[in-house]
Amino acid sequence: MFKDMLMDIFTSYDLVAAFLTVAVIMFVANKLTKTINQERMGSSVAIVIGLILAYVGGKVTGGSKGISDIPLFTGMGILGGGMFRDYAIISTAYGADMDNLKKAGLPGVISLFIGVIASFVIGVIVAFAFGFRNPVDLTTIGGGTVTFVVGPVTATALGASAEAQALSIAAGVIKSVVTMILTPLIAKKIKLDNPTSAMVYGGLMGTTSGVAGGLAATDPELVPYGAMTATFYTGLGTLLVPSIGYFIVSSIM
Amino acid sequence: MEIYGLGLVAFSMFLGSFIGRIVGQLVGIGGDIGGVGFAMLFMILYTNFLDKKGKPIAEKTGKGILLLSSLYIPIVVAMSSIQNMATAFEQGAVAIVAGVLATLGGLLLVPVMSKLGGSKEE
Repeated sequence: MFKDMLMDIFTSYDLVAAFLTVAVIMFVANKLTKTINQERMGSSVAIVIGLILAYVGGKVTGGSKGISDIPLFTGMGILGGGMFRDYAIISTAYGADMDNLKKAGLPGVISLFIGVIASFVIGVIVAFAFGFRNPVDLTTIGGGTVTFVVGPVTATALGASAEAQALSIAAGVIKSVVTMILTPLIAKKIKLDNPTSAMVYGGLMGTTSGVAGGLAATDPELVPYGAMTATFYTGLGTLLVPSIGYFIVSSIM
Repeated sequence: MEIYGLGLVAFSMFLGSFIGRIVGQLVGIGGDIGGVGFAMLFMILYTNFLDKKGKPIAEKTGKGILLLSSLYIPIVVAMSSIQNMATAFEQGAVAIVAGVLATLGGLLLVPVMSKLGGSKEE
């Protein structure tokens, strides 16, 4: 009986349940990092806990939306969905400095192009190395390596196989996950500590979720700069990959 | 009032998304291209404009905006918990190798490209 009551509370107040859940995750993450004297890592540990829960959720339900496929946690889909993510990202622009933005404008734009091209080329080469020879499938997997939105868009535009499409989404998700985990760990080494390098980083990595998570765990003050360039990345990818990207791959193959 | 802050961000979001959709139509692929970026740009331009005019955003309005940005990390945590992790890891080596290499490549290019910005100022 109590179990039903609890279930009922969680499902009727799904968004509030998500606030509670995230609060618990962050509490655990912060306690954990405090005991090992790495308090700065609190956010990244919380993100990794989130990813583990996503894996568990996908395993238990067989669904595609991580933990939010479990009825108790449907609210996580609202809180962590695109609407709240974008709303909160935009709010971080408050307090960003106009001069910093101008300084990093040109390198930011160049980074966008180099980021899309580099990811695409790496994706195509890896797919080739694993035995793919069809230019449509190669372009699709390359597109997925750009971001997990570009992959399916390319697949639909060019009529790729379902296998290539699934792989392209997976490559994009892996990229954003690895970006979230790796960024705070190597931020110092790649001098990711000022607005200019944050804008360059956003342009090179491009995955909005990866950049968002990575910078949040590194230095929240850099979030607006990285997010600013990253948001143009998927658009540039959907523009370049199915057109010029496919043209180049098919003329080489 | 704090709600003005929430409203300002919402207004920026809709304005940005509108511009993003127009861009999407113009380049012929539809969707919203850079909408969030345009929204952020508008926020920055507007707040800087008010500062220059000597009438910065009221403290309470600012608190509304800061409430949202303080929710940013919790939202990212929620976002990470709804990724399609199970499929991503089971799709096989191609996806993992491509994803990891692309990430490493991008990260290693950060210092190179940042220098480009640095040398320009000097």
